[in-house]
Amino acid sequence: MLKIKNLNVSVEGKTILKGLNLEVNEGEVHAIMGPNGSGKSTLASVIAGRDYFTVEKGEVTYMGKNLLEIPPEVRAKEGIFLGFQYPIEIPGVSMTNFMRTAINEKRKHLGLKPLTGADFLKLIEEKKKLVKIESKLTNRSVNEGFSGGEKKKNEIFQMALLEPKLSVLDETDSGLDIDALKVVANGVNTLKRKDNATILITHYQRLLDFIIPDFVHVLYDGQIVKSGGKELALELEEKGYNWIKQEVQAE
Amino acid sequence: MPENIKTSKKQEVFKNTMEELFEKKYDPIMENSSPVIQNLRQKAFEIFKQNGFPDKKTENWRFTDLDPLYRDDYTIDLETKFQKTDVNKIFTCDVYDLDTYCVTLINGWFAYKNSPLTQLKDGTVIGSLFKAMEVYPEIVEKHLGSIAKLSEPGFVPLNTIFMQDGLFIYVPDDVKVEKPVQVINIVDSENPVFLQPRNLIIAGKNSKITLIHCDHTLTHNISFTNTVSEVIVQENAYVDHYKVQNKGRNSSLITSLFFKQEKDSRLLNNAITLNGKFTRNQVDLSITGENCHADLNGLYLVDSNQHVDNQVFVDHMAPNSLSNQLYKGILDDQASGVFSGKVLVRRDSQKTQAYQNNKNLLLTDEAKVNTQPFLEIYADDVKCSHGATVGQLDPNAMFYLRSRGLCELTARQLLMFAFADEIVNKISIEPLRDNISKLVEKRLRGELSICDQCILNCSSREPRFIQNFMD
Ligand SMILES: Nc1ncnc2c1ncn2[C@@H]1O[C@H](COP(=O)(O)OP(=O)(O)OP(=O)(O)O)[C@@H](O)[C@H]1O
Ligand SMILES: [Mg+2]
Repeated sequence: MLKIKNLNVSVEGKTILKGLNLEVNEGEVHAIMGPNGSGKSTLASVIAGRDYFTVEKGEVTYMGKNLLEIPPEVRAKEGIFLGFQYPIEIPGVSMTNFMRTAINEKRKHLGLKPLTGADFLKLIEEKKKLVKIESKLTNRSVNEGFSGGEKKKNEIFQMALLEPKLSVLDETDSGLDIDALKVVANGVNTLKRKDNATILITHYQRLLDFIIPDFVHVLYDGQIVKSGGKELALELEEKGYNWIKQEVQAE
Repeated sequence: MPENIKTSKKQEVFKNTMEELFEKKYDPIMENSSPVIQNLRQKAFEIFKQNGFPDKKTENWRFTDLDPLYRDDYTIDLETKFQKTDVNKIFTCDVYDLDTYCVTLINGWFAYKNSPLTQLKDGTVIGSLFKAMEVYPEIVEKHLGSIAKLSEPGFVPLNTIFMQDGLFIYVPDDVKVEKPVQVINIVDSENPVFLQPRNLIIAGKNSKITLIHCDHTLTHNISFTNTVSEVIVQENAYVDHYKVQNKGRNSSLITSLFFKQEKDSRLLNNAITLNGKFTRNQVDLSITGENCHADLNGLYLVDSNQHVDNQVFVDHMAPNSLSNQLYKGILDDQASGVFSGKVLVRRDSQKTQAYQNNKNLLLTDEAKVNTQPFLEIYADDVKCSHGATVGQLDPNAMFYLRSRGLCELTARQLLMFAFADEIVNKISIEPLRDNISKLVEKRLRGELSICDQCILNCSSREPRFIQNFMD
């Protein structure tokens, strides 16, 4: 589904990703861990199409297409979803209006008729239950005045509404209390299908107790330096990143 | 115009033309005026002769180029008087969900079907100022010119010299006018015209009135309207005032709106400018009594080479009152804007609360805005704040919306609308708010045409020009 080869990315002349390789197939869950500043969010942003990053080298294909040529909104409509590490507050834009527009844009792209008001409301109610998000949030402006945890929940709510093929969740677990964490994990697990995939960026093995990853990767200094199964996450939790840094430096 | 030349040639010529016009038309102008009004005109004339028009060095006029307004081919109509016209012949207003008392000014003259002055059952008088001078001389003489400042350079004195007609409203004490009064200013002329309507609104003690002022142009011909309005808000009265401007690309507007608030009164003013080649809105509020509350809001959406200039002055002359200014603007293409807000808190006006904020969105590198919020405070126990921002659409918000599948255009429009909505939301009458909201949305989508001008779904029966200004 997603193939990243030798990806080199810079921002303001500074190279952040330095030859990153990653392959994600349908039905898989990948966890990406790594120290602060190693480039995890940069990778997520490049997949979603943020334009202030410059791709210096390498290729990214998604469903056989060159992803880098596609504008962000088309990527979204083709099924890519980014759960932001820091969701943006947008005063004055109502959550429901926003989501209704988003869903209908996507439907249009797929050649489907727009949802009627009634169908949309039904969908909202259904997904609200799934992620246990309160109406007081969905009736407000996008993320405005939401607590940190509420913002993260709202990302999952949007994901549930948009039903993406490839979700990249950037530290969606950070700042969540244990109940919210379970809700988020439950959301991801419920939405999981044979033909979609998830990339979880996280610092905590705790999330991986609830969402079992097929692969765990360590992103360090712009590269994936180690990959393994879910045991790797446990090892990292226990030993930190120093041993990996040493391994890399020894090479 | 070179900076060092104080007065331009065109300005000088225009000033002379105006002076000559007054001298030439002295008799017909004075003939219909009472001695009190005659004196007022004479005084205005002396001041105008001495001070003339503002120039690039005049405070608050520095960023606004007036030269294009000083033309030598204007028609100036001092004779029509209020007119008996079937307004519906040239213009119809289909009011769907907002029931109003609707009146019309055509080229500055009050137009009526039955009578130039109507008295409602509750005693409220609505009609022609010209007629009111004759029927209610004591009321008119007491208030006309009482708050409009002749010291303002140029346009207020000029209006006072030549004023003929306009809207007159008198709300007696204790009367709550049931329906909003809607005034439609229609400019309809084949030739370039210079109009100077004069409005006088008196809201008596404990009264309540909502007034909606719409500016409408039926032709694309050149027009320059210099309006002066005086609104007197007496003790414990409530005035809700809206000004909606959606003028053509050849229309220039200078509006000087003077408010006086007496104690315990409440004022809500909204100035909404959706289009207009040249628009200058001056709001001048004197708070003369305690416990007053004033909200002064403005929204301006301009593009191409339009220019909009908002001037707000609030004078806290008494303690314990609150004034709140919020002006927001979106400027596209090469449009330019000015915001100048001044709050004066006098020495004895303790416990004043005065807030002022101006926010601007510039959509291009060429659009520009000059913003100057300004507080002048002489009392020590006050709460005041001011702020101004000039920015672009937030790229993070843009990306967030696009990352959910909204195309760039939709995302932009959503953010612009959200920006404007803060002002629209302050409109207290729901159907009016909905109408303006739709109009703003349309405007931001670039779909607003001359046929949509009136906020109340008005439409010209025979639209002579259907033209999208956004082309
Ligand atoms: N817009 C930007 N301008 C300049 N530098 C940037 C920008 N975005 C990211 N960087 C830099 O790129 C590096 C990688 O940042 P990134 O956000 O991808 O790290 P991360 O792995 O997500 O870290 P964390 O675990 O703290 O979220 C950092 O050094 C960061 O300062
Ligand atoms: Mg990050």
